[in-house]
Amino acid sequence: MRVRLSAESVHNELVQRIEEYSGQGLMACYQCGKCAAGCPVAFAMDMLPSQVIRYAQLGLVEPLLESKTIWLCAACQTCYTRCPKGIDLSRIMEALREIVMLEKGSHINYDALTSEEQADWPQQAFIGGFRKYSV
Amino acid sequence: MKVSYFPGCTLNTTGKGFDNAVRASAAAVGLDLVELPDWNCCGATYPLIIDNMLELAAPAHVLVAAQQEGSILTTACSTCYNVLKRTNKFIQEHEEERDRINTFIEAEYAGEVEVKDILHMLRDDVGFEAIADKVQLPLKDLKVASYYGCMVLRPPNEVAYDDPDHPTSLDDLVAALGATPVDFAHKNECCGAYLAVKDESITREMVYAILRSAQNAGAEAVVTNCPLCQFNLDKQQAEMRKSYAGYQPVPIFYFSQLMGLALGLETEDYGWERHYVDARPLVQKLLEGAS
Ligand code: SF4
Ligand code: SF4
Repeated sequence: MRVRLSAESVHNELVQRIEEYSGQGLMACYQCGKCAAGCPVAFAMDMLPSQVIRYAQLGLVEPLLESKTIWLCAACQTCYTRCPKGIDLSRIMEALREIVMLEKGSHINYDALTSEEQADWPQQAFIGGFRKYSV
Repeated sequence: MKVSYFPGCTLNTTGKGFDNAVRASAAAVGLDLVELPDWNCCGATYPLIIDNMLELAAPAHVLVAAQQEGSILTTACSTCYNVLKRTNKFIQEHEEERDRINTFIEAEYAGEVEVKDILHMLRDDVGFEAIADKVQLPLKDLKVASYYGCMVLRPPNEVAYDDPDHPTSLDDLVAALGATPVDFAHKNECCGAYLAVKDESITREMVYAILRSAQNAGAEAVVTNCPLCQFNLDKQQAEMRKSYAGYQPVPIFYFSQLMGLALGLETEDYGWERHYVDARPLVQKLLEGAS
């Protein structure tokens, strides 16, 4: 992929919002790949955690907003625990979800849950899931 | 020793068996859990957006309630522990944000309470040796895989009281109960948490990796301290039997259920009927082995 970089495109408004919401410095990442190697959900992702941060470094935020990955991060903190640069990717994922949901609304279909599921599943799953996937 | 206890929403409902077992087995080893009056939900996830003070209001409110009761707040739900512990640390370290939260919930709280996971208390305040001394029915020959999940380990600088890569507290407890802990690589790998509300098939693959690893190590039972891990590990096995040839289900216990059993307590209200993989045949075998 060929990308033309400039100071403006790299520091575009979306990148600034990611940094503001997540409190993480994107440029600290040196692409070692530890986060992607240890991510337990990587098998289901369309972009690896390390790719998410690389795209963001280059100012290419749109593909991230459209990715499946941001909805699959379970905030398990494995990447954060292992990152040699101390970057909390789960916060970057949350920032990306927030940017999408502030514009498009919640990202969950409550009606898809059957009444049986509602009765059997732990409260924790619903409250946790609903908070992650709704605004 | 008396200590304030936060049950949380899950242990108050679908995880009632976990709750009953925790209260009874803690009491049996001298830890009196006094339920926090007027508690509210902790929010079930720690907010990751940097200035999300509103979502910290609920856990902060719990901490304020705990301050009225004593210096320590304990909980058995590892997610509640994670949320309350992180919130407390945040309040301790961020003066300006603390003021905003306090204004909102009409309190003056600066993080005075110590939030302690119940397993941490059993290890350090009661002591596993003291627990071993009280065992009536040693879980002899039972090979148990201890599954810690994420919430009591990560992020380590905020919540861990154990080694985040090689945790041992559950294994040591299980050993104190007379069982044989088995080591396996996935003991701290995420089970998928709330991903199941969106797509159970992803959770299933994650659970399969964990349980295959535990069974390859020889586990006959898995023990956990997280109600959501218990649910995911337990529930996904029915489908796993269909999708993975030759898969043999394994019962998923709360550590407190095994503790109550080994201490010789009455275990009928431990929620056995809620398990997806019936744990009762194994429980029966343990009881018979003892008599
Ligand atoms: S582990 Fe940290 S430094 Fe390495 S690629 Fe991931 S975010 Fe970047
Ligand atoms: S926090 Fe998210 S990105 Fe990081 S390892 Fe866990 S699931 Fe993967």
